[in-house]
Amino acid sequence: MSDEPTAPGKPEEKNAVSRRDFLNEIAGGALTIAGLGAAVVTVKYASPNVLFEPPTTFRAGSPDDYPVNSVTYLQDQQLYIVRTDKGMWALSVVCTHLGCITQWKPESDQIACPCHGSKFQRTGTVQAGPAPRPLQRFSLVLGEDGSLVVDKLEIVKETEILKV
Amino acid sequence: MATTAWNQQWLEQLRQTRVWRSIFRRGPARTNRTRSLAIFGNLALHVLPVKVREKSLSIRATYYLGSISFFLFVVLTITGILLMFYYHPAVPDAYRDMKDLIYVVSNGVFLRNLHRLAAQAMVVAVFWHMFHVFYRGGYKPPHEFNWVIGVGLLLVTLFLSYTGYLLPWDQLAFWAITVGTNIISYVPGLGRPIRFLLLGGHIIGQNALLRFYVLHCVILPLVAVALIAWHFWRIQKDGGLTVRDDHE
Repeated sequence: MSDEPTAPGKPEEKNAVSRRDFLNEIAGGALTIAGLGAAVVTVKYASPNVLFEPPTTFRAGSPDDYPVNSVTYLQDQQLYIVRTDKGMWALSVVCTHLGCITQWKPESDQIACPCHGSKFQRTGTVQAGPAPRPLQRFSLVLGEDGSLVVDKLEIVKETEILKV
Repeated sequence: MATTAWNQQWLEQLRQTRVWRSIFRRGPARTNRTRSLAIFGNLALHVLPVKVREKSLSIRATYYLGSISFFLFVVLTITGILLMFYYHPAVPDAYRDMKDLIYVVSNGVFLRNLHRLAAQAMVVAVFWHMFHVFYRGGYKPPHEFNWVIGVGLLLVTLFLSYTGYLLPWDQLAFWAITVGTNIISYVPGLGRPIRFLLLGGHIIGQNALLRFYVLHCVILPLVAVALIAWHFWRIQKDGGLTVRDDHE
């Protein structure tokens, strides 16, 4: 810092920010914030809040409708209700490879995908083929009235079983 | 040749009129200077080079693959706009409109097939163009940034092809988009939100059809036009096409 007095109206230091640079940076910053805001608002706008899609939660009847050691294909909901002596679970019919609809093959005790030959056990575990993950298992609980309630938006672990 | 002389005289008189001179400021392109000015002063042509080397016009230099791709884009724009007159991007209507175009609308099947085949040809032409440029070393300086724009155009072409695939709303369309959007959802972290935004929901339904329609008919063509203009303009700014000196 120099001790010499500076004339009024002149910049105090050589490297001081000039008024033009200051205003330019303010304007640039404001435009950047406005641009980012516009992008965020647009993405929010494009993301629908209300969907006119079929409900993802539904009642699948009573556990007694499903005999022990059975795999039942519910076509309307596109899932399997599996019941063994250990309990029950709900599997998505959508193949985890590329999203084709699989089929239950009772003769070979397998769930098979017709598109690329993936094969799954009734637990959903991959047995063969290109599928990278087991079939998705949906949340399956007993409702207050004792009927089965499936939530297709809630994916649960492959070990989760409903004891009945 | 009396007719030619008469034609030239008539053209000369037309060029003297006030209306003509208000549109074309430069006068007839008789010298190299006025020919250059004719290109410079034209809105559509000024992105193109004013001068080109004769070598770069030979068929073997480019096989006109870029021009063919652009020509197919023009064909797709015209036929696409005409198809829009009969097509509703709505769930029960879309499939019926597509069938109507085939069986009911006069020349509808011609326009639809022209659009489909030109789309497939454009994908082939764009890839061929890319391979040709690659093997000729067209990605090397000073053309390296135009290569980047070209890759952008390849992606836009593929997205246009993909979004157009859903519009007939038949089984092929539905399952192709099912598979494609499931592939997108494998992107770590962002995959599922991108799929949700693209489909406008969790399933391929009305929202997805409308979104793909708007992308296919408005957003992606605008991006393509901007990139094409930039791509052409860069050819000029980067000093013309890549032509091998040892060629012929």
